[in-house]
Amino acid sequence: MNFVLKKLGTLLLTLLILSFVAYAAFEMVGDPVNQILGTNASPEDVAALRESLGLNKPLLVRYLRWLTGFISGDLGDSYIYRIPVSGMIGDKLGVTVFLTLMGFALTLLFSVPLGVYGARREGSWADRLLTVVNQIVMAVPAFFVAILLMVLFGVVLRLFTPGSFVPFEESPGAFLLYMIFPALSIAVPRTAMTAKMLRSSILGEMQQDYVRTAYSRGHNRQSALKAHAFKNALLPVISFMASTMAEMLAGCIVIEQIFSIPGIGRLLMVSISNRDIPVVEAIVMILAVWVMLVHFLGEVVGEMLDPRRRA
Amino acid sequence: MKKRIPALLLAAVLLLTLTACGEGGNKPTSATKPSTGADARKEANEIYVGIAQDLSSSLGPYQLSTAGTREVMFNVFEGLYKADRTGDFKPALATGYTVSDDGLTYTFTLREGVKFHNGAVMTAQDVIYSYNTCASSSVDSSIKKILENVTGIKEDGGKVVMTLAQPNSDFIAYVGSVYISPAAYTDQDTQPVGTGPFKFESRTVQDNIVLSRFDDYWGDKAGLSKVTFKIFENATALVTALDAGALDLVAHLSISQVGGLSKDYQVLEGSMNLVQALYLNHEVTPLNDIRVRRALCYAVDVDAMLTLTAEGHGHKLGSSIYPSFQKYFDESLVNAYPHDEAKAKELLAAAGYANGFDLTITVPGNYTPHVDTAMVLAEQLKAVGIRATVQEVEWNTWLTDVYQGHKFQATVCGFDASTLTAAALLGRYESTSSKNMCSYKSVQFDAFMQEAASITDDARRTELYKAAAKCLSDDAVNVYLQDLADFVAIRSTLKGYEFYPIYVMDLSKVTY
Amino acid sequence: MIRKLFAKHDNWFFKAGFFITAFMVLLVLIGQIWTPYDPAAMDAAAKAQGPSLAHLMGTDYFGRDIFSRVLEGAGATLVIAFFVVLLGAGLGTLVGALTGYFGGVVDEVLMRICDALTAFPSVLLALIILAVLGPGRLNVIGVLALVFIPSFARIVRTEYARIKKLNYISLAKLQGISTPRILLKHILPNIMPVLLPAVSIGFNNAVLAEASMSFLGVGVSASEVSLGRMLSDSQNYILRGLPWYAIFVGLTIVLLILGFSLLGEGLRRED
Repeated sequence: MNFVLKKLGTLLLTLLILSFVAYAAFEMVGDPVNQILGTNASPEDVAALRESLGLNKPLLVRYLRWLTGFISGDLGDSYIYRIPVSGMIGDKLGVTVFLTLMGFALTLLFSVPLGVYGARREGSWADRLLTVVNQIVMAVPAFFVAILLMVLFGVVLRLFTPGSFVPFEESPGAFLLYMIFPALSIAVPRTAMTAKMLRSSILGEMQQDYVRTAYSRGHNRQSALKAHAFKNALLPVISFMASTMAEMLAGCIVIEQIFSIPGIGRLLMVSISNRDIPVVEAIVMILAVWVMLVHFLGEVVGEMLDPRRRA
Repeated sequence: MKKRIPALLLAAVLLLTLTACGEGGNKPTSATKPSTGADARKEANEIYVGIAQDLSSSLGPYQLSTAGTREVMFNVFEGLYKADRTGDFKPALATGYTVSDDGLTYTFTLREGVKFHNGAVMTAQDVIYSYNTCASSSVDSSIKKILENVTGIKEDGGKVVMTLAQPNSDFIAYVGSVYISPAAYTDQDTQPVGTGPFKFESRTVQDNIVLSRFDDYWGDKAGLSKVTFKIFENATALVTALDAGALDLVAHLSISQVGGLSKDYQVLEGSMNLVQALYLNHEVTPLNDIRVRRALCYAVDVDAMLTLTAEGHGHKLGSSIYPSFQKYFDESLVNAYPHDEAKAKELLAAAGYANGFDLTITVPGNYTPHVDTAMVLAEQLKAVGIRATVQEVEWNTWLTDVYQGHKFQATVCGFDASTLTAAALLGRYESTSSKNMCSYKSVQFDAFMQEAASITDDARRTELYKAAAKCLSDDAVNVYLQDLADFVAIRSTLKGYEFYPIYVMDLSKVTY
Repeated sequence: MIRKLFAKHDNWFFKAGFFITAFMVLLVLIGQIWTPYDPAAMDAAAKAQGPSLAHLMGTDYFGRDIFSRVLEGAGATLVIAFFVVLLGAGLGTLVGALTGYFGGVVDEVLMRICDALTAFPSVLLALIILAVLGPGRLNVIGVLALVFIPSFARIVRTEYARIKKLNYISLAKLQGISTPRILLKHILPNIMPVLLPAVSIGFNNAVLAEASMSFLGVGVSASEVSLGRMLSDSQNYILRGLPWYAIFVGLTIVLLILGFSLLGEGLRRED
């Protein structure tokens, strides 16, 4: 219980810090009024709109007003579009979450077999090759992978049409086909990292006393690995996967730009340049909650799997 | 239990990937031909148009604050008169008008049986409502100013009579910008209703806008049944989508974006109808010195800049009037300051800057053509000792700091004409104008502009506007560069796209 | 010093990392003194060319030599990374050392904040602040350094908290050695095995972060070069049949990151 409370405290603190940082940052760069009215507006119109949006109030007043709204579950209205922020985020959040989960799933799909294989065949030429390739792939930024994938599969092979994103409701098949490439882009570097992590974690476990005991009890390397090391080796990997999930979310922002996917990453970037503070705040809060939640889950699962705790 | 977690995850992943692959595999089109849907769109007589930014928050006829919004909504709204592609104003919702001899009373005869998109028939009351609403709420301060001059508007047996306080022979140009909307209709912001060839269908903010053909249109009906504008804020993503065949029409492209485009598209060249210049702030030293400004004009090689940024496409300007505005364009100003580094150095030395000076060129970073131009200019200025750096800022920061706050030394940007009048391009240099970003102050210029605004003799007015434009050149107010070439990539199967002397995209004549 | 490191970290990660990084740094240093062409010089006669003997990596639409620009861009990226790591690791070490050694309420509060900040992806945080502040080299350095501080602070704090309990520190205290001296001379050298790999990985992350920011257009400004900015520009060339630009720039980024990540991995291993 104490553990949960502590986590909850950290989460609230993070949210508070982040939301204030975002608000304060905007204070330095001005408001969206000019953007809304354009270059032909008169100074009186500008002043009137500023008044009606409540932008002439001091920073702290505006921040507190936003905060109380947020706590009571009201994300507010977009400055630019004058529509509820929740409506603007709705579908887009789903797309980004799906992209992250798909990237995550692909990462698991490839990294677990690769990591286990590397550990099982430690020292073999295949393992060495894998280690070298892993190390190189880790160094390739996701956005470079994205460019390469898009050009290869989108423009040269024409397996999909960049820029023609299809919402899930319209055609689940076309949606999946479109999402597979961006998901791969974020998965590739992370797969390498996870495989490496898993391999060294398993090898570390194999050195442990209990595994040696298993050897002496007649288990061979394979069955020792299967029976004991793999499970325990997953522990550090799980917390690593939690941070993977968080990093992927950050990666999505870049990837959504490249593939023109209408997710919250794109909405965030546009809203920042629009100075649409309510939308930015809402997205930052959602991202923060999501990231903290994943870390939290990672720790809970870790606790559950930890043999020392179970006993 | 714990054993199952990884297994379950794996199973889920496998399922997901298999579905994805399966979907990819059983789509016969995907392997053989690009499944861009281009054929399906042709079948449905609809097109996808790529645009670079979202429209303004309100789509209402008097709230069209950005050029990008005006260009799209030109298809939805109409005024009593409407510009055609030569820049003439043709009767639209009015069939004609008469002016009294003193130029103070305009009587418009309304077209019979014009229907709004919501089915209502246009009446004189709608026109009066529209003019009153526009006068009180337009975001365009120049239109507001003109409508302040309208002291009375009333119905007279189906006709609309407007009384002006002072004569203004540009009045019809402004009439073209006052869109007619149904009286007391309150949802214009989100569900705009006009009389144009296309009617508004739907909008998903930051994603798309859909228009469809208005079948009860009073004139020639639109050729396409549906137009979807898709928003791509990222220029590379826009071009990628075009290359991949996801779009049928994209305007405002640069030469490097259309070069090497596939045969599925034809490329049309027009001009952007913008005055692109290196705008200078006359409030800061040394730019308050006319010799320094002239030196800048001589130091810049516009031809070389055009070659580098646009392979020579684009029209040189010389002043704040672009060439498609033939009536006021003065060819002789184009070469008023031929490229001459020696002369530039001489002028700089005379002004006390023999060793040059530091210059920051602030540019809105989201407009690639302006950034490119600024980078070339910075290079060119090095030759005369001016150490120029290009500083990119957000569009919003640019509007706040540069455009309104005058916190800048120099900037590269382009101004368009919101109405087809010389005043729309020259008015911003009047010393009293709130839009006078450069803080140019000239008694002579103001006098020309004031006289031009108050007389009805068209020939004399033209002369005066030309004289005002020449002032801008003589005083080297800014380094006037070019009206950018506007490349439009359009699917080869489409025809009928026309360029206008103002920033609009007329889709009513486009057909397969 | 280098020989000592090689003796201590006798593994191929360290060797490969060291040579790749040394090669890239050397290339960048040469680029600071000499490039085949002026990286900013435009030449209408040599626009958008593929690789040739005259232009090893080809030219861009302004006729600028891409090889010269890659050298300059890699330099700019490295300089940014250097200052980010210097500031991030420096301030992080300071905070971590003080809080770790002294503990108490300040430690508790600062570490809570650090926890909170490290939980949120640093790149994402940097992206948001930078997007608001606008592009510019100094902005990038400031913001990235800021978001890098917590991770260094946490590592250093743990080490200081661990070492301060060791006997030799108690002994030093008894001998009346001043606290700053203990912090600097007695503990700092002993956390190097942990700090050095972290610094190397810090470089890796800084290069990646700068490239991502500039790629998204919130990093360096138009007249400044950087690898991320160039990669973003190069996308247009791929579509127009000039993939070389993107490939060379992408490979340069990969090599820089690879060097630092191998170095970090090598430094972590003690064989």
